[in-house]
Amino acid sequence: MTKLPTWADVVLVPLISLLLAAIVSAVVLLSIGQSPMEALSVMVEGSVGSAYAWGYTLYYATSFIFTGLAVTVAFHGSLFNIGGEGQAQLGGLGVALVCLALPWPHWTLALMAAMIGAAVFGAAWAAIPAWLQAKRGSHIVITTIMFNYIAAALLIYLLVNVLRPDGQMDPASARFPEGAKLPQFADIPLLQNLFAKYGPDGAVKLGKDGLAVYEQVPANVTFFIAVAACFAVWALMWRTRLGYEIRAFGKSEKAARYAGISPFKIIMVAMLISGALSGMMAINNVMGESERLLQNSAEGAGFIGIAVALMGRNHPAGVFLAAILFGILYQGGAELGLWTSIPIELRTVVQGLVILFTGALDQMVRMMLGVFFRPNRKGAA
Amino acid sequence: MDYATLLQMLDATLRLATPLLLACLAGLYSERAGVFDIGLEGKMLMAAMSSAAVAALTGSVWVGLLAGIGGSLLFALVHGVASITFRGNQLIAGVALNFVASGVTVLIAQDLFQQGGRTAALTGAARFAQIDLPFAESLRAVPILGPFYAEVLSGHTILVYVALLLVPLTWWVLFRTRFGLRLRAVGENPASVDTAGVSVVRLRYTAVLITGVLCGLAGAYMATGLQAGFGREMTAGRGYIALAALIFAKWRPWYCLYATLLFGFLQALALRPDVIERVVGVNVPIPALDALPYILTVVVLAGLVGKATPPRAGGEAYVKER
Repeated sequence: MTKLPTWADVVLVPLISLLLAAIVSAVVLLSIGQSPMEALSVMVEGSVGSAYAWGYTLYYATSFIFTGLAVTVAFHGSLFNIGGEGQAQLGGLGVALVCLALPWPHWTLALMAAMIGAAVFGAAWAAIPAWLQAKRGSHIVITTIMFNYIAAALLIYLLVNVLRPDGQMDPASARFPEGAKLPQFADIPLLQNLFAKYGPDGAVKLGKDGLAVYEQVPANVTFFIAVAACFAVWALMWRTRLGYEIRAFGKSEKAARYAGISPFKIIMVAMLISGALSGMMAINNVMGESERLLQNSAEGAGFIGIAVALMGRNHPAGVFLAAILFGILYQGGAELGLWTSIPIELRTVVQGLVILFTGALDQMVRMMLGVFFRPNRKGAA
Repeated sequence: MDYATLLQMLDATLRLATPLLLACLAGLYSERAGVFDIGLEGKMLMAAMSSAAVAALTGSVWVGLLAGIGGSLLFALVHGVASITFRGNQLIAGVALNFVASGVTVLIAQDLFQQGGRTAALTGAARFAQIDLPFAESLRAVPILGPFYAEVLSGHTILVYVALLLVPLTWWVLFRTRFGLRLRAVGENPASVDTAGVSVVRLRYTAVLITGVLCGLAGAYMATGLQAGFGREMTAGRGYIALAALIFAKWRPWYCLYATLLFGFLQALALRPDVIERVVGVNVPIPALDALPYILTVVVLAGLVGKATPPRAGGEAYVKER
């Protein structure tokens, strides 16, 4: 098989994969009698067509950045962490316990404590599969899947029997105190101007108190933490000894072992970082949006991390872009459910197809592209 | 717990264990041939939707069953193409197909029936009827065994008996036929099979397609036997429980039966919290019962109860020449 030039491998392969996923999705839409072009325009308009739409797209993207980075770190150590969903739910539990523990005086303090809570709980949930893989050789894919289900059962139990306040019907924790409320985009000076509501006369709408009224969107300060996390993961993987060791271990366990790298340490550390990153997505959805812990709080974002990491070619920059793309898909898909007769499940189909083409059929795409990059053999014997 | 309640529980166990058993045996063929398949869930879901939709449209459960197998086979084929022909990551392919199935089943069901992603409720000949085993009523008078025969063993749909018969059949195929020997060899050491002049690719495709057929039976049973129609995500993680059972069974046919009966019993228990409270005396939370199959699987994987060794070449694509 022809070896592709680096730029083609990094840019062209994911783009072609995405295109193939889009074509198959279009065929699915056509076969159920819907118009793919109409679907596309509704999705694009609803996800990037206005500041309001971006406020939702970036909210979803924030979660996906965290889970995508989580899968990426594990992938570099040749560990496939499917447990992001469970780790994110446990991260939510950590956030809830921290936020409910104290009457927080200011959101910055609450945020820092909640980040630690989320990371510790997420990492703890990844620790057992990691230990079992490192010590007993139990396949991490199977154990992390099992831990997703165990996490779901554990949270249902805790929400129904322990965290639910007296007299409340739905299985959810109490609402977090006012001091733990994270600023959303419409609360941040300068940025909020984008979300100002305009009256029919074109002037900014004013509330009863004479202040401007802003459209509430769920995107919040966590987005900036997610961007920082991208840089942190990049620095960790390519600028530190630990990152080098994780990548070396992922490329060849035997070579790494010969170089004096401890497999046990690498498996544990890579999975703990991965679990912590998955857990940290909870500050976006649990602390930043719902402001209480709900059942199934991660809403599949842990699984989307797999697609994001594959699409982003396991690089933080790629993960960032892929997360935005999936944010668009998610917000656009929700709009489809609202405005058209196309079910919201279309986004699950697209998500699955992207994983299929980028993660499992990547060789096929490379073979297809290889035809165009075949070296000129005229001079060769 | 009185005998009548126990019989009721065992009856429910057998009903709930059947889709798990079929999916577990399905996974057995694929994984014994060296192709890991975490896409059992997706194939079952696809089969459930196809069988329910076609049974509702044609009014015949048998046509529905064929459609279910067809839908499942389609996904099995994609899994085969990705993981055998293009040597892609088998685990990722399985995960991807689960997502596609989860979404596409709702899309199609909504398009056909406009009932919020469900198919029309099945009645009459569009469902599998219960079969009363011979002499079930006349033997009921026999103490202990009579009611067991009449209540637990008799009165299930045909697919339950098919699933039970598939256990010895699978054992025979895998351990007493030439095909079975080759299938197991291709999962342990494909190079040796290749050296013997037998096609690794063809064997693996055969195994993956058998998996598709069995998942088709499992899904069709869910939608036309256990319940009367398809609903979104109706398999509810059973593909993963079957995968857990497969590991619990250490990739052996008879153990698959025992493991799925155990997990089926746990599911039956979760439906009857009153029974547990009466027997154990404490209120066991339902989520704990739901989580038990997964916890047991982790315990087995941890090597605490014997060692579960997967087929050695599992998860790796075979490259003929390097």
